[in-house]
Amino acid sequence: MGASNFVEGVDLAFKVIFGISLFFLAGITTVMLWFVFRYSRKRHPVAEQIKDNNLLEITWITIPLILVLLMFYYGYAAFSPQRIVPKDAIPITVIGKMWVWTFEYEGGKQSPVLVVPLNKPVRLNLHSEDVIHSLFIPAFRIKEDVVPGKNNFMWFIAQQPGEYDVLCTVYCGLRHSYMETKTRVVSEAEYEAWLKALPEKSNEPEGLVILKKNACTGCHSIDGSKIVSVSFKGMFGKSEKVMTNGSERSITIDEEYIKSSLYDPDKDIVSGYQKGIMKTYKGLVSEQEMTKIIDYLKTIK
Amino acid sequence: MTEEKTHHPEPSYLVDTGKYKGLMAWLTSTDHKRIGMMYMYAMMVFFVVGVLLGELMRLELFRPGQQFYGPQTYNGLFTIHGIIMIFTVVIPGLAAVFGNFSMPIMIGAKDVAFPRLNLFSFYLYILGAAIALSSQFMGNGPPDTGWTFYAPYSIQTHTNVVAAVFGAFVLGFSSILTGLNFIVTMHRMRAPGMTFFKMPLFPWSLYATAWIQVLATPIVGITLLMIVAERWLRIGFFDPSLGGDPVLYQHLFWIYSHPAVYIMILPAMGVITEIIPTFAQRKVFGYKAIAISSLAIALVGYFVWAHHMYTSGMSPTARWIFSLLTFLVAVPSAIKVFNWVTTMYKGSIDVKPPFLFALGFIFLFMIGGMTGLSLGALATNIHVHDTAYVVAHFHYIVFGGVGFAFFAAIHYWYPKMYGRMYNFKRANWSFAFLFAGFNLLYFPQFIIGIMGMPRRYFDYLPQFTFGMQLSFFGGILLLIGIVLMLTNLFSKKGAKAPDNPWGGKTYEWTIPSPPPVENFEVMPEMGENEQPYDYK
Ligand code: HEM
Ligand SMILES: [Cu+2]
Ligand SMILES: [Cu+2]
Repeated sequence: MGASNFVEGVDLAFKVIFGISLFFLAGITTVMLWFVFRYSRKRHPVAEQIKDNNLLEITWITIPLILVLLMFYYGYAAFSPQRIVPKDAIPITVIGKMWVWTFEYEGGKQSPVLVVPLNKPVRLNLHSEDVIHSLFIPAFRIKEDVVPGKNNFMWFIAQQPGEYDVLCTVYCGLRHSYMETKTRVVSEAEYEAWLKALPEKSNEPEGLVILKKNACTGCHSIDGSKIVSVSFKGMFGKSEKVMTNGSERSITIDEEYIKSSLYDPDKDIVSGYQKGIMKTYKGLVSEQEMTKIIDYLKTIK
Repeated sequence: MTEEKTHHPEPSYLVDTGKYKGLMAWLTSTDHKRIGMMYMYAMMVFFVVGVLLGELMRLELFRPGQQFYGPQTYNGLFTIHGIIMIFTVVIPGLAAVFGNFSMPIMIGAKDVAFPRLNLFSFYLYILGAAIALSSQFMGNGPPDTGWTFYAPYSIQTHTNVVAAVFGAFVLGFSSILTGLNFIVTMHRMRAPGMTFFKMPLFPWSLYATAWIQVLATPIVGITLLMIVAERWLRIGFFDPSLGGDPVLYQHLFWIYSHPAVYIMILPAMGVITEIIPTFAQRKVFGYKAIAISSLAIALVGYFVWAHHMYTSGMSPTARWIFSLLTFLVAVPSAIKVFNWVTTMYKGSIDVKPPFLFALGFIFLFMIGGMTGLSLGALATNIHVHDTAYVVAHFHYIVFGGVGFAFFAAIHYWYPKMYGRMYNFKRANWSFAFLFAGFNLLYFPQFIIGIMGMPRRYFDYLPQFTFGMQLSFFGGILLLIGIVLMLTNLFSKKGAKAPDNPWGGKTYEWTIPSPPPVENFEVMPEMGENEQPYDYK
């Protein structure tokens, strides 16, 4: 049995299409090479002129036409159920944000991995906070774009316990290739227990929640390691060399500097980094939130 | 004897006869042959740069994790690689080079209808390419959107998107004007007696192509300008945070960019349709079917764009309609393959390098086309869309198809262009490396794509390593093939070429190699009973 309810149909469509294609590829290639061999100038010095043959032409219009319609049908048949979601499907909201996936369960509980119960329909409501992403679970053969401003969805029934890759397939910027997580398929009882244990609301400091919500932590770690850019740990109060309008100067990272970095990131660039990588958060992070971020940064020295 | 004395053969087009000499004589020439050659040289430079960028990506992908450079560099690389290869190499492609060099001769004309407009198109091409490339060196760093410039990312990124987009816009005008020029040329300047259905099939394919260039390119032009407007004026066409619709962008983009695939491939098919009869010494099988299928492809090709968007959240109805139409456009391509193969039947086949490249084309194009079927079908598309499978598929079409047809065309018309031959043995060796390298480079990408490897990934999961490494080695073989081919063609002078080295039947083989400036001493005419491809 396939990892999801769609695997069988999709794989059948692949088999039909690849099967027919392979037959024709092998057939045509063989005939072509045979002609090249048999009618080479050495073996066949004078060409015979063959008249056009309408019957032949009609045959090789009709047969491919029938075959491609067959392929269309298999593709359609396996796809159409993917758009019809059972009423009792468990709704989970997927939040795509540069470059992390978050899964929100009923009651607002959030998880970075997608945990689903075995043999239960699950509906994923796709929500993007910034640009287009696409949620792809290869083992389940499903994918749908996560488009800002649209309410796209997908659904499936997981049929095999295990852990599967979840990837982003629409290019979404710097760390697109790291926008991946797992989906874990567990028994219903395990699922219930897991959901219960999932913390209701995060008890993390407010500033950190804001950083995570805006995916700042996708590039700036909070433990001193380097992801894309300078870590938040020990950032506040540090001296740094920056390029401003092409000339280098030394600054101390204080409230003002953090504000200007967030609202006008390309004004000062820390030496060794490139312009244009971090976008402005003007309009996304309010002054109030900024204060909370700064308060938090002061605590991780 | 007296006749020979009064006979002053016209100088070839390679000899400067005007007021300028050398480079300036070329840059100011409105001769369709020189313009075709200039496109060819420019395109080869872009192609080699594009290839090297591709190899740089393969190098980074040799192992999972970061090897030589970071993700921003990778994202910039695939963007400029795609922009160069699509907008400056394969879209102008065979039409700009061989359409210019050969088409007017093949229909018995002295030049295209508007020679000066033709030179202007060439300068637009150079200007557009220069603007697009300038994006790498100016502003906030190389654009990182991919050649598709999908909104809203292309609106939000701080990199230098505007220059790239504007370059593509200018290149679009070059394409429109070339198309216009060719349409008029084929309508007005065919040799007396040459009706449309007696025109050779390479011009036929250019005719179908030209209509797409003229009718579809303005759509991408305005779309690209909308991006610029949105970035500068925050208008809100496409970015939802400004009130726009990102899926609208995709529709507009693909309404042009799917037909653009046919701008690339139709002339390639046309060239193959010339080469096969010549080397089989046989009338092309199903002349009318091939001519009409070019038009059919151009026409139906307009109505399939949304097969690039099955996962974008379109209605299920839109999805199945576009899937059905996509399958219909597969049929005319299949017809052409059958006709090519049948043309070999009972021929007298001389396997010279152009023919070898044409055989390579047919094989690679079949793989490209057949793997496209699972991209056209809904269920299978959902799985492989935006994965390495697509990367493999379009490289089989644009490189295995258009690229190999381009190589075939160079080897075919080279004697006419330069009045010289090249070394056949080396040409065959370069084919062997290109063909083997190509398949080793791209076939594994089908497999890892089906396994779930997304495209445009700087880094990847460990299960894809083996496939990536095969591709790397394929890339090396391919590079060797390219070097062999280019050095064979351009490093030393071959023996003098006869006027008709391959026994071709189209008009370009009736005139001297290289041709005189005005092509024909006596303008050709087609008799009532004459037919194209009349091998006896
Ligand atoms: C040696 C030759 C080549 C190599 C090694 C190569 C390699 C690559 C690689 C590694 C990618 C990125 C795939 C990804 O990250 O998902 C790519 C993308 C691409 N290539 Fe090539 N390529 C070559 C030749 C060509 C040619 C001849 C063309 C067209 C005529 C072409 C057109 C493209 C396009 C359009 C893209 C997509 C860019 C994008 O995703 O925005 N490539 N190529
Ligand atoms: Cu993403
Ligand atoms: Cu398309």
